[in-house]
Amino acid sequence: MNDSILRVQNLVKHFPICSGLLGRVTGYVKAVDDVSFDVLNGEIFGLIGESGSGKSTVAKTIMRIYRPTRGTVYFKGRNVSNWSKETARWFRRQVQMVFQDTKASLNPRRSIFSILEEPLIVHRMAKTRREREEIVCQLLEQVEMSPLYMYKYPSMLSGGQRQRIAIARALAVKPSFLFLDEPTSALDVSVQAKLIHLFMNLKTQLNLSCVFITHNLSLVRTICPRTAVMYLGKVYESGPTPTLFQQPGHPYTRTLLAAAPTVSSEEEKVKPTSLSKEGEIPSPANPPSGCTFHPRCSIAEPICARELPPLLEIHPGHFVRCHKAQELVNTANLGETSSCESSARGGDI
Amino acid sequence: MTSSNVILSIEDLYVEFHVYEGIARVLDGISLYVRERERVGLVGETGCGKTVAMKTVMGILRSPPAHFPKGKVVLAGKDLLRMGVRELNALKGRVVSMVFQDPLNALNPVFTVGTQIIDVIRFGKHGRVSNDYLRKRAVEMLQAVRLPNPSRIMKLYPFELSGGMRQRVLIAMALVNRPKLLLADEPGTALDVTIQAQILSLLKSLVEETGVAILLVTHDLGVVREMTTRVYIMYAGQIVESGPTPKILDDPLHPYTRGLLASVPRLTGEVLAEGIPGTVPDYTEVPPGCRFHPRCDFRVDQCSQAKPPVAQINGERQVACYLHSSGGLE
Repeated sequence: MNDSILRVQNLVKHFPICSGLLGRVTGYVKAVDDVSFDVLNGEIFGLIGESGSGKSTVAKTIMRIYRPTRGTVYFKGRNVSNWSKETARWFRRQVQMVFQDTKASLNPRRSIFSILEEPLIVHRMAKTRREREEIVCQLLEQVEMSPLYMYKYPSMLSGGQRQRIAIARALAVKPSFLFLDEPTSALDVSVQAKLIHLFMNLKTQLNLSCVFITHNLSLVRTICPRTAVMYLGKVYESGPTPTLFQQPGHPYTRTLLAAAPTVSSEEEKVKPTSLSKEGEIPSPANPPSGCTFHPRCSIAEPICARELPPLLEIHPGHFVRCHKAQELVNTANLGETSSCESSARGGDI
Repeated sequence: MTSSNVILSIEDLYVEFHVYEGIARVLDGISLYVRERERVGLVGETGCGKTVAMKTVMGILRSPPAHFPKGKVVLAGKDLLRMGVRELNALKGRVVSMVFQDPLNALNPVFTVGTQIIDVIRFGKHGRVSNDYLRKRAVEMLQAVRLPNPSRIMKLYPFELSGGMRQRVLIAMALVNRPKLLLADEPGTALDVTIQAQILSLLKSLVEETGVAILLVTHDLGVVREMTTRVYIMYAGQIVESGPTPKILDDPLHPYTRGLLASVPRLTGEVLAEGIPGTVPDYTEVPPGCRFHPRCDFRVDQCSQAKPPVAQINGERQVACYLHSSGGLE
């Protein structure tokens, strides 16, 4: 794929567990375990899963907030896995991140101006204070806020306004790629709708590509053309969002869809039945064998506990990691049943 | 509403806070009722007065700063606002109890789950009860909320439990003294959707089993659809619309409800509306008349002059909007 802007191959992040007096490493938390995906130029790529499935760790590892254990990341064709000072400066200017909790990500003791001017100083984009003031004004206008907010503090703003500031800060260095880590999950729906519209406009204007991390499936369906579903550090299903939602090939995806709260009767009709037993996500320090979803899966068979299923392409571009994927797709209650030839392919989501 | 099976009725309730900036009238004449065994929703966005309404019913709103210039809160036949502390305490737990949003903050980190549940049972009982009884009842309750191995969980501290298990413990604590009404304040918001779905279905089946009525306060319209049969939509301290949940969500009448629903992203992937223009007003300077009128696309002159009357639609729905008071919109 030539038009992919970000390519992640076999990314692994294991956090060591230290215990005892000497702090010996006694195990690893497999937060991200062999994750591969491509984000196309100008695309919003959705990353969904429960808390603890490793969505944020993927973003933070690509951003080099964490050092990856293994794996390669290509950005704009350049291998950024060899993290030199020069690569770092280039990459961090191209790629920015917006975090979920603005109370934590915006320093409460600094004014909005001081928050927004920092990236400009770090990346040496404006020398004088006057220049920086001008750029900060433009940034605030970009996120549809009055420049008067420049000398206010984060605590004086509402949640939606603070998230706008966080977006403005990410845009300060004119990046081409954004990681959005649940940017709207703390907001009311009417505020969320406004923010999403603002963001979509900015994305088109500035030709941004991004990874949108969320647990809100309806939101992913609305704004992301392609989506990957993560569970316990692994991607179990990925593909074009409409087919992924209409013909989910993994029981976990079905479970998520079935649990999604919906407001209209039309949505009720497109929801699949849940394929999970009661239970919660296990600890990634000691994940189950084989398909890590098998203890919660209601259609699991002995093979699921033994072997990690291979990645199958059940539709063009729609990949599933499940021993029973073909069966599930054929019995999908929606759309036509396709007899698409399944082919096992590894690591090329 | 004075029929006998009404467990809670709020009648034209006003709540004001006297603050430095002036008088903040946070509840502006709300009325609602909950019948026995009913699941009712109270929906609104942040800052619309949901929690104040909830705390008033629970009798935990401090006065001052809160003032109740007008209105009644009738719980099991008695007016809460005219009650002494002792009488009020007698109701807590046994007639009304509450499940909070954040299960970790609602549990005491330094006591075991067992100790905390037993405390609640003791609070609800007059006189002495045997330790055996207390223990048995606590285990029974943990079983009722489908916690595996309840006697082991009794010995655990809150930090040793997952979010979903903590929420189950809280539900157990809320129901242990067999209340008639359970106030649930965003019971699943802090949890994952899959766990939230489990908690909601647990609450639903507990309604069947124990006959408790639920007043669910939330901002999530999806949760309301899942959980409730009747719903009240609140905006800035006023109830703008109420009626059977599926009807309100499929065919909203009030412009605010419409705007709110259009802002919810859909699983079917419809285009998202641009939200509602403007923001929730400051309570010390609320707009006169219908508090929503400055943000409303359909406003007429009357809207800023007087509070719109509540119109009855088909006998089962109420909407406070001038568009509907003269016999229908468009």
